[in-house]
Amino acid sequence: MTLVLTPEAEIIRDTARQFFDKRSPVSALRALRDRRDPDGFSRPLWHDMAELGWAGFLVPEAYGGSEFGIGGLALALEAAGRTLAPTPLFSTALLGASALVLGGSDEQKREFLPGLVSGQHLFAIALEDAAHHAPQPMTTRAERTANGWRLNGTKPFVMDGGVADIFIVAARVDGKALEGNAVGLFLVPRIAAGVSTTPHLMVDNRNAATIRLTDVALGEDAELREPHRGVDLLDRLLQRAYVGLAAESLGLAAEAFDRTLQFLKERRQFGVAIGSFQALKHRAALMFCELELLRSAVRGAVEAQELGAENASALASVAKAKACDALWLISNECIQMHGGIGTTDEHEIGFFLKRARVIQRAFGDASFHRSRYAAQVGY
Amino acid sequence: MAEPTLNFSNLDPNSFRAAAREWLESNCPPSMRTPSRDDEVVWGGTKGTFKSPEAKIWLERMAALGWTVPTWPRVYGGGGLSGEQALILDEEMRHLGCRAPLYGHGLSMLGPVLLDVGREMQKGAHLPRIARGEIRWAQGYSEPEAGSDLANVRMRAELKGDHYLVNGHKIWTSYADYCDWIFCLVRVDPAASKHEGIGFLLIDLASPGIRVAPIRLINGGSQFCEVFFEDVRVPAENLVGEPNQGWSIAKKLLEYERKSLEGFSDRHRQRVGLSLRDIARERVGHADGRLSDAVLRDNIAAYEIDDAAFQLTRRRLAEETAANGQPGPVSAMMKYYAAELNKRRLELAVAAAGSYAFGWEGEGEGFSALELRLTRDWLRSKANSIEGGSAEINLNIIAKRVLGLPD
Repeated sequence: MTLVLTPEAEIIRDTARQFFDKRSPVSALRALRDRRDPDGFSRPLWHDMAELGWAGFLVPEAYGGSEFGIGGLALALEAAGRTLAPTPLFSTALLGASALVLGGSDEQKREFLPGLVSGQHLFAIALEDAAHHAPQPMTTRAERTANGWRLNGTKPFVMDGGVADIFIVAARVDGKALEGNAVGLFLVPRIAAGVSTTPHLMVDNRNAATIRLTDVALGEDAELREPHRGVDLLDRLLQRAYVGLAAESLGLAAEAFDRTLQFLKERRQFGVAIGSFQALKHRAALMFCELELLRSAVRGAVEAQELGAENASALASVAKAKACDALWLISNECIQMHGGIGTTDEHEIGFFLKRARVIQRAFGDASFHRSRYAAQVGY
Repeated sequence: MAEPTLNFSNLDPNSFRAAAREWLESNCPPSMRTPSRDDEVVWGGTKGTFKSPEAKIWLERMAALGWTVPTWPRVYGGGGLSGEQALILDEEMRHLGCRAPLYGHGLSMLGPVLLDVGREMQKGAHLPRIARGEIRWAQGYSEPEAGSDLANVRMRAELKGDHYLVNGHKIWTSYADYCDWIFCLVRVDPAASKHEGIGFLLIDLASPGIRVAPIRLINGGSQFCEVFFEDVRVPAENLVGEPNQGWSIAKKLLEYERKSLEGFSDRHRQRVGLSLRDIARERVGHADGRLSDAVLRDNIAAYEIDDAAFQLTRRRLAEETAANGQPGPVSAMMKYYAAELNKRRLELAVAAAGSYAFGWEGEGEGFSALELRLTRDWLRSKANSIEGGSAEINLNIIAKRVLGLPD
C-alpha cells in the first residue's frame, strides 16, 4: 500500500473531477437552491453516477456492485467536495452500502443492494438523538415484541433524511451498559407505519429531516446483525463516516484554497497584487500546511480502512479532526481574503463556508475527535 | 559479521530488504537498537567520543558497507544504493530500532553539495572521510549582519595567488568547538552584486588565525559558537564551484539542511524518554482513564493528531520522491512544521509537568534527570524555528516557490 495515488486511482480521481466539473459545478448547487428544489440534489445526476458504478463502489460484484473499494469512493467524495456537489454518495454509496455489506444477511443484501447499486434506493443513517454527535443513541429505543421489534424515538437532523426511502436507525436495545449488543441497527422503510419525517432546509442547502418513530413495528429481519452487529457494527460504520467526510473536506478545502490563491494573485490594491503582501503570504502558507496535513491524514486513514489496520479507528479520528481544523481555517480565511465580495451571495466562495461548517459539525467536530483519539490511545 | 564482498546494490527490492534485514540483525549491537539519548549521538570527528564501545563498532561496520551514506557512490565511501534501496534500508533500520550510526553536516549537507558540484580532487579528499566519520564539519553561514538576510555575508576572502586571505566573523556556528573543518560563505568579489560576489570555501579550523568562542544560550548550554578569522590563509583549490557560484550552492545546501533538520528532529523525538501522556498522567492525574485536566488533554490530543498527520506526510513525501524521482511541493513545509511540532511538544510537556519542569540543577533533590533535561530541552527548542532558516523565511519560501505568490 502507498500514500501516493496509483495510476488506476488517478484515473478514478480525474474521471470524477471531470464529471463534477461538467455536471455539478457550484452553479448547479446555486440553481437547486434558487428554485427551492425539494430534494436538494439532482436525481438524473445520481442516476448517471449509478450507471458509472459509483453507487456500488463498496458493493460486491455478486450484488451488482463495482467493488472499487473505499479508496476509490474516497476519491469520488473528494471530487464532489471540490464542486460542493450534493449527491447521495455519502449517505447511500458509503454508509448505506457499508451497513449492508458489514451487517446484512444474504437475504437483506439481496433485497436492498441491487436497488442501491442501480440508484433506486436512497439511504440515510438515523443516528443522533441530539444537537451534537454522540457515537451511540441515548433515547431512541428498540423493544422486543412477539415477532420482532418496536421502535420509539426522535432523530433530529438526519442527513439526507428528506430524500431517503430507507433509514438505518440506531436504537438502544435495552437500558443497560452501552456496549456489545445494547445498540441495534435497523432497516426502517420510510413508508413503515409510525414513521413520520419533517424535512429541514439547511444552510448548505442539503436536505435533512427530523424522523419520528412512534411504535414502529418491525420484523425479526429488520436488524442488521451479521457478520457484525450492535456497537461493533455501528463503530465500523462511524469510522467510515469520519473518513468519508474527511475526504469530502479535503476536496472542499483544496478548492476553496485554490480559488483564494487565484484571487490573491489577481486582486490589485495600492498598485500591486495583494498576494505580494507578507501578511497574506504567511497566512496562505499556513493554509497550505494544514491542507497538506489533511491530505496525508485522509490518505492514511483510507489506507488503514482498506487494510483493516490496527490503528484504523484512531486514524479515522485523526482524519476527521484534521478536516475540521483545515475547514475552519480555510473557510474563514477565504472569506476574509476575498474581502467584501466574499460576503456577498453573488460570489461562490460563501457556499464553501456554509458547507464547511456543516461538515465540521456532522459526525463529530474537532474537539469530539480529539477526545475520541485520546480515549483510543489511552488517555 | 560484515561481508565486504556481498554486493547489496545489485539486489532487487525484495531480496535487498531480506539481505539488509539479515545483515542488520547480525551486525547491529543490541545496545544500538535502543532509543538513544542526546549525548549518545555520534557526530564523528577527531574531537568526537563514543559513549560506548558498541557505538564505535556499529559505526565501523556501517561505514565498511558505505551505509552511513547509502546512496553515495562506493568510490567515495558510500553504499552505492538506489533511492529505493536506501528507503528500504531506512525502513528496516527503523523496524529494528537501529540508531543512525553517524550524524553530521558532512553527511547531510556538504557531502551532497560536493557530489553535485565538487571538483574530483575535493570529492576524493573529503567524501570518504565524511562517510567514515573521521572529520566533523561546521557550517559557516550566518554573520552578525547576515541572519535571515544571508546573502549579506561580509566575511572577506581575497585571492592572493595560490591562496585566499580570509578575514571576518561567523556566528551561530553549531558546535564549531567540536569540529575539524568549516564550509563558509565568503565575499570573494565586493564589487559584484550582493548575490554574485559570494564564494563557497572549505577551511581547516586548525589554520592559524582562527579563534572559536562558544555562545552561552538560555538553556545554559553552548550549542553555537562565534568563529573569528584573522588573516587566515586558505589554499585556492578549496573553493567549491566557481568564485561567483557560492549563493546558488548555499541555497542548494540549505535545502539539504532543512531536510536533515526535519529528519533529525524526528529521530530526536523518538529518543525522548518521557512521553507527554506519561508526564501528564503522573503530574496532572487521571480519572477513569482520562487525564483530569480536560483542556490539557485536548491540547495533547491536538498535538498528537498533528504529529500523526505529519508522520503520514513524511511517509507520503518519501513515497512521492521514490515514485517521481524528486520531492514534491510538500517538501517545502517539512522543516517549518517539524520545528513547530517540537516547540509545541515541549511547551505541552512543561505545562503537564508543572513545577517539575522548572528545575535548573540538583538531580535527585526534587528533580529527576529526565525532568532537568526537559527544562533544558524546552529552552533549547526556542531556536528550532530560527536555526537553519527561520519560520518566517520558510513561510516566504512556501508562498513564493510553491504557491507562486508574487514578490
